[in-house]
Amino acid sequence: MVAKVVTVTSGKGGVGKTTTTANVAVALAALGQKVVCIDADIGLRNLDVVLGLENRIVYDLVDVVEGRCRLRQAMIRDKRLPELYLIPAAQTRDKNAVSPSDMSRLCDELRQEVDWILIDSPAGIERGFRNALAPADMVLVVTNPEVSAVRDADRIIGIVEAEEKGPVRLILNRVNPTLTRRGDMLNADDVLELLAVELIGIVPEDESVIISTNKGQPVALDGKSRAGLAFQNIARRLMGESVPFLNLDDGDGFLKRLTRLFRSGGSTG
Amino acid sequence: MSNWLEQLLGKKSKSADQAKERLKLVLIHDRTDLSPAVLESLKNELLAVISRHVEIDPGAVVINLTQDGREQRLVADIPLRPARRPRSG
Repeated sequence: MVAKVVTVTSGKGGVGKTTTTANVAVALAALGQKVVCIDADIGLRNLDVVLGLENRIVYDLVDVVEGRCRLRQAMIRDKRLPELYLIPAAQTRDKNAVSPSDMSRLCDELRQEVDWILIDSPAGIERGFRNALAPADMVLVVTNPEVSAVRDADRIIGIVEAEEKGPVRLILNRVNPTLTRRGDMLNADDVLELLAVELIGIVPEDESVIISTNKGQPVALDGKSRAGLAFQNIARRLMGESVPFLNLDDGDGFLKRLTRLFRSGGSTG
Repeated sequence: MSNWLEQLLGKKSKSADQAKERLKLVLIHDRTDLSPAVLESLKNELLAVISRHVEIDPGAVVINLTQDGREQRLVADIPLRPARRPRSG
């Protein structure tokens, strides 16, 4: 077993990094993979609550780095899935408590034991982001179809390429099909043309994400949610499967879809 | 209603198109760290250097930043005037 280290980042805050990390991790674990996710957002940890594991934290990332516990002791096992673990961030420390080489060392120790290491990066381009980037074999850049998120994603992609940490894959999150159709939201083609990177997921805006996060049950566990399905598809693409992108227009009636099909010449977004 | 009419007549560009056009320019400048003012002075200096060696029509010169994938390119189109006099060194 030699794990692949996947860092989830975005530049801008609030675009859905933590939700993406949690759900891709859950979806990979549901496919039988052994997954560890690491919250690299020291001082502002959230991956624990999104995964619903906040009550089980004993040790955290800084405890491991500073030698107060063994790596194994800081790995919280998610009982809903066979092999999903979380290494939480410290909440009462700052991001300088961990260095990029600490992160690389920690991931090297884990690499032999799991299939995937998912790192949830903090927003910004400072130390916390550098920590998350250091051990990466692949970088998932999460963005939303809006100007500020796309601009920040471009900066991040530039830094990742300069550090030779790729490949970069893009996740377009919170796509609103109604606004996109009306021409009031950038569509996937627009964003891909601007950023010139490869796409690995399109996730629709979906209220079930909020509901499932309220409960601490990642939406990828929910078979009926559109966003959950989109995250499952990202996991399958990471596994090397070729999965077509969701047709986000499925919510409409048949006639509406048919007329749109004729107008757009068959493109489905 | 007026919005709908404007769109039908193609008078007003949709907001996503505006976002895309604005982002195109912003990203070019973010990636290269070249502001329009710097680009303008670059253009003037280039023209001065080239004019020292060949005769050009400064009004017909076009210098632009273009995007090719994630690569930025400075493209200069400088029409030369036909030589009428012998070169002076």
